[in-house]
Amino acid sequence: MTDKLKQTVEHIGIPRLMIAGFLAVIFVTAYITGMSVPQLLSDSLVRVGMNGILVLAMVPTISCGVGLNFGLPLGVLCGLVGGLISMERGFVGFPGFFAAIAFAVPLAVVVGYLYSVLLESVKGQEMMVGTYVGFSSVAVMCIFWLMAPFRNPELIWAIGGKGLRSTLTLGNYYGKVLNNFAVFEIFGIKISGGLIGFFLLFCLLVYLFFRTKLGIAMLTAGANPVFAKSAGIDVRRMKSVGIIASTVLAAIGIIVYAQSYGFLQLYMAPLMMAFPAIAAILIGGASLQRATILNVIIGTVLFQTLLTTALPVTSRVIQGDISEVARLIISNGMILYALTRSTGGK
Amino acid sequence: MLLVLPVELVLIEGKSKNMERARRVLEMKGITKQYFGNTVLNNVSIDLYPGEIHALVGENGAGKSTLMNILFGMPVIHSTGGFSGEVLIDGEKVELMSPAEAMQAGIGMVHQEFMLLPGFTITENIKLNREPTTKNALSRLFRSKSLDYLDVPTMRKDARAALDRLDLAIDEWAPVAGLPVGYMQFIEIAREIDKKEVRILVFDEPTAVLTETEADRLLESLRRLAADGIAILFITHRLDEVMAVANRITVLRDGETVARLNRDEAVVERIAELMVGRKVEKVELPPRAKEPSDEDIALTIDNLVVDMPGEMVRGLSLSVRRGEILGIGGLAGHGKLGIANGIMGLYPASGRVSKNGENIPLNSPEEALSRGLAFVSEDRRGVGLLLNEPIDRNIGVTAMQVQHKFLKSWPHFLPALRLEDRAELRAYAEDMIRKLDIRCLGPNQPVRSLSGGNQQKVCIAKALALEPEILFVSEPTRGIDVGAKRLVLDLLVRLNRDHNVTIIMTSSELGELRKVCDRVAIVYRGRLAGILPPDASDAEFGLMMAGRVGKEAV
Repeated sequence: MTDKLKQTVEHIGIPRLMIAGFLAVIFVTAYITGMSVPQLLSDSLVRVGMNGILVLAMVPTISCGVGLNFGLPLGVLCGLVGGLISMERGFVGFPGFFAAIAFAVPLAVVVGYLYSVLLESVKGQEMMVGTYVGFSSVAVMCIFWLMAPFRNPELIWAIGGKGLRSTLTLGNYYGKVLNNFAVFEIFGIKISGGLIGFFLLFCLLVYLFFRTKLGIAMLTAGANPVFAKSAGIDVRRMKSVGIIASTVLAAIGIIVYAQSYGFLQLYMAPLMMAFPAIAAILIGGASLQRATILNVIIGTVLFQTLLTTALPVTSRVIQGDISEVARLIISNGMILYALTRSTGGK
Repeated sequence: MLLVLPVELVLIEGKSKNMERARRVLEMKGITKQYFGNTVLNNVSIDLYPGEIHALVGENGAGKSTLMNILFGMPVIHSTGGFSGEVLIDGEKVELMSPAEAMQAGIGMVHQEFMLLPGFTITENIKLNREPTTKNALSRLFRSKSLDYLDVPTMRKDARAALDRLDLAIDEWAPVAGLPVGYMQFIEIAREIDKKEVRILVFDEPTAVLTETEADRLLESLRRLAADGIAILFITHRLDEVMAVANRITVLRDGETVARLNRDEAVVERIAELMVGRKVEKVELPPRAKEPSDEDIALTIDNLVVDMPGEMVRGLSLSVRRGEILGIGGLAGHGKLGIANGIMGLYPASGRVSKNGENIPLNSPEEALSRGLAFVSEDRRGVGLLLNEPIDRNIGVTAMQVQHKFLKSWPHFLPALRLEDRAELRAYAEDMIRKLDIRCLGPNQPVRSLSGGNQQKVCIAKALALEPEILFVSEPTRGIDVGAKRLVLDLLVRLNRDHNVTIIMTSSELGELRKVCDRVAIVYRGRLAGILPPDASDAEFGLMMAGRVGKEAV
C-alpha cells in the first residue's frame, strides 16, 4: 500500500504535487474570502488556452536535442509581423486570424532555418546563445516597427503618422475570435471551446508528428546523436527541422495569445516571452532532453492557474501590493528550480 | 626472487636485506578487485626494483588501468568497495586512499592525455603548485605562504635541471601552447621527475600520440631515468617498445597475470600470443551446402583509410567471400575496429569498397545501410542503443528510417510523414525476443535495464531488422558474461548458416574468432598482415600480430 503510494508520488513528481497542493490552498482561501471560484477557474482556463501553444513550441527543440528554445521571441516576432500584415490588409474575424497565421508561418520557416544555422555553429551552448538571439532580435525589431511601411491609420501613431503604435487594439479585427467561439458553461465555469479546442488540436498534431518517421528520427537524433548517425539519420537536418517547427509554433502561439488578450503588443513586449513558456514545460515534468505533450498540458495548467489565481487571492488576503513581487518570485523561482534539474523536476 | 635484475643488484639483495638499493621499492601482492560482482583483477602481483623498467602489457580490459587506479588510491576504487591484497612501498605496507597520498609516497604518473596549461610557460607548468617562494611584507603580515613572491630564478633553475635530465634542449621559459606534441609529453615527464620525492614513475601508454622518432627519444629518456635509480612501470600496447627498454615484462589478461618474463626470455611473438591467445577447443560448426570460396566475393575493400582515433586504418585491402564468417583480429590500436566503423560511415574514410561489384559511397551511414550492410557496434551503450527507449523502438528505428519498415502505408508520396505502425513493430519485436531469447519483461522495457548480454542481442536484432546481406559485428562479447558470450556466438553462427548472412566479425579475443570463423584476417599497423585459417597454430597468430610476417606478406 505504502509502496504503491510512493510509486504514484514518484511518478507524478514532488514539484507537481507541491504546486497542486498550493493551488488547492489558494482556491480554499478564495472560497473563504468570498471570491468567485468559478470565475477564477474560467480566467485560468482562458490563460491556459492563451499560452498553451507557446509552451508547446518547446517540445520540438527539446526533442531534437537543442534543449529549451530560449530564442522563442524570434518566432513571436514572426507571429506579430503576420498579425500586422493581416490587419494592414483589413481582414476581419476568423479570416483575419487565419490570414495572420498564413502570413506568419512562411516567415517563421525562413527565420527558423536561419536560426538553426546559427545554433549549429554554437553546438552545446544553444540555450545561452538562444537567450541573447531572442533579446537582440527584439531590439532590432524595435527599429523595424518604427520604419515599417504600414499605412493603416489604426496601426500607426496618430501624431506624425510614422511608425507602429506600441499596443494595437484587435477589437475591430480578430480580437477574441477563438475566445468567443463555441463558449459553454459547466457549474458556472465558462469554457471557450474555440480557444481550448485550438490548443488541444495543436497538441494532437504535435503528438502525431512525433509518431511519424520524421518525428521518430528527430527523437532519435535528440536521444543519442551517434546512434542516429549510425542509423542513417542526418542529425543536423533533424535539429534544423526541430528549430523550425518550434519557431512556427511560437508564431502561431503569439497570434492565439494576442487575439485572446485583445491587443497586439510590439516593441519590448516579446522580450521575456520565452520564460513563462519554459517555466511551464519544466514544471510539467519535462527535462532538457525529453518532453511530452502531457508535460505541456500539465505544466501549462499548473503554471497559468497559479499565476492567474495567486495574484487576486494574495492581494485580497494581504491587502497590499506584494502580489506582483510574489508572482515574480514564484515564476522565476520555478524556472531556476527546474533548470537545476536536468532530469525533469523530479 | 626472480633473477632478472642487473646482476649486481641481485647479488646485493642476496648479501644483505639492509642495503637500500636492492630493496624492492614497490610491491603489489595478491591484488583482487571486483566491480559489482564482476572480478576485474584476480590475485595480481607485481613488483619493482629501483632502476628497473618493468613493462605491463595487456589488451584493453585486461585490468591495467584498474591496477594503476589501485596504486594511485583513486576514489573510484574505494567507492566501489575497495580491493583485497596489499601494497608495499619500501617493504612497508601502505594504504593509499587518494592520489595525493600516492604522490607523497613517491609515485609519479605520466598521463596519456597531457595535463598542461597551454598559456603558461614550461617552467610554470613544471613547477605548478610546488613553486619555491620568497617572503615579502604582505606574506609576513598575514603569515600566508600564498602571498609569497615566486622565486622565479630557482624555478627556472629547477626546470632547466629537469629538462636537462631528459636531454631536452628547449627554452624553459617558452610557453607550452604551440609546442609539438612530443615536447608536451617530455614536459609532463619533467614535471614528474622534478618532484624530488619521486622514486616510482608510471608511464601510461606514453607513446600513443608520438611519432616514431619522438617515441625513440622517449624510450631513451626512460633508460636515462632508470639509470638514475627511478623505478619505472611502463604500460603499453607496443611490443617492440617493450622489447627495447623493459627489464621485466608482466602480461595481464582478463584480470589475471598470465606470465612474467625476463627480458632475455621474451620474444615478441610469445608476448602477443600471451596477450590474446587462449587455447580453444575447436567446436564442430554446422556444415554448409556450399562452402564459400574466392570464386564468389561479396565485398571488396580496396586501400581503405579510416581516420578513427586510436584505431587508424592505413590502406587496408581485403576480399570477403560470400557466405563466410570472416574474423578480423589484431592487437588493440592497430586498426581492426576502424574497418567496420569506416565502411559504415561513422568515421571519415577513403578508399574503395564495393559489394557485388557495386561501389559503396563512403562517409554515409545511409548509403551503406541501404545497400544491405549492417553493423553491430563495439560501443554498445554509446552507439548501439537508445538506452532510455524501449526494446521495440531500439530494434525498429534503423529499419524504419532506412527501409521505411514498420510504417503505415499512407501517405505514399511523403514517407517522412507516415505514422509508425505500432502493432507491426511490436509483433516484430516480440518475434525477435522469442527467437534470440532476449530476457526481458516485454518489448516496452527500456534497454538500459537489460543485462549486457541481452543488450547485445537487442543490437543484433536491430541489425537483423535490416535483413542485411553483410553483417559487421565488432567485439560481440565484450563486457558480457560467459554464458551470454556463448549464446551470442551461437546466434551469429546460426544467422550465417540458416540465413546465409556474410558476417565480418572483429574481436580482441582471438579465441572466439578461431572458434566460429572460416578465416581470420590479422591487422597490423592499419594494414592487413595476412589471413590465417582458424586452426593455425598460436605461434603463427602471435607472429602475425606482432607484425613479424606481415611485412613480407603485404
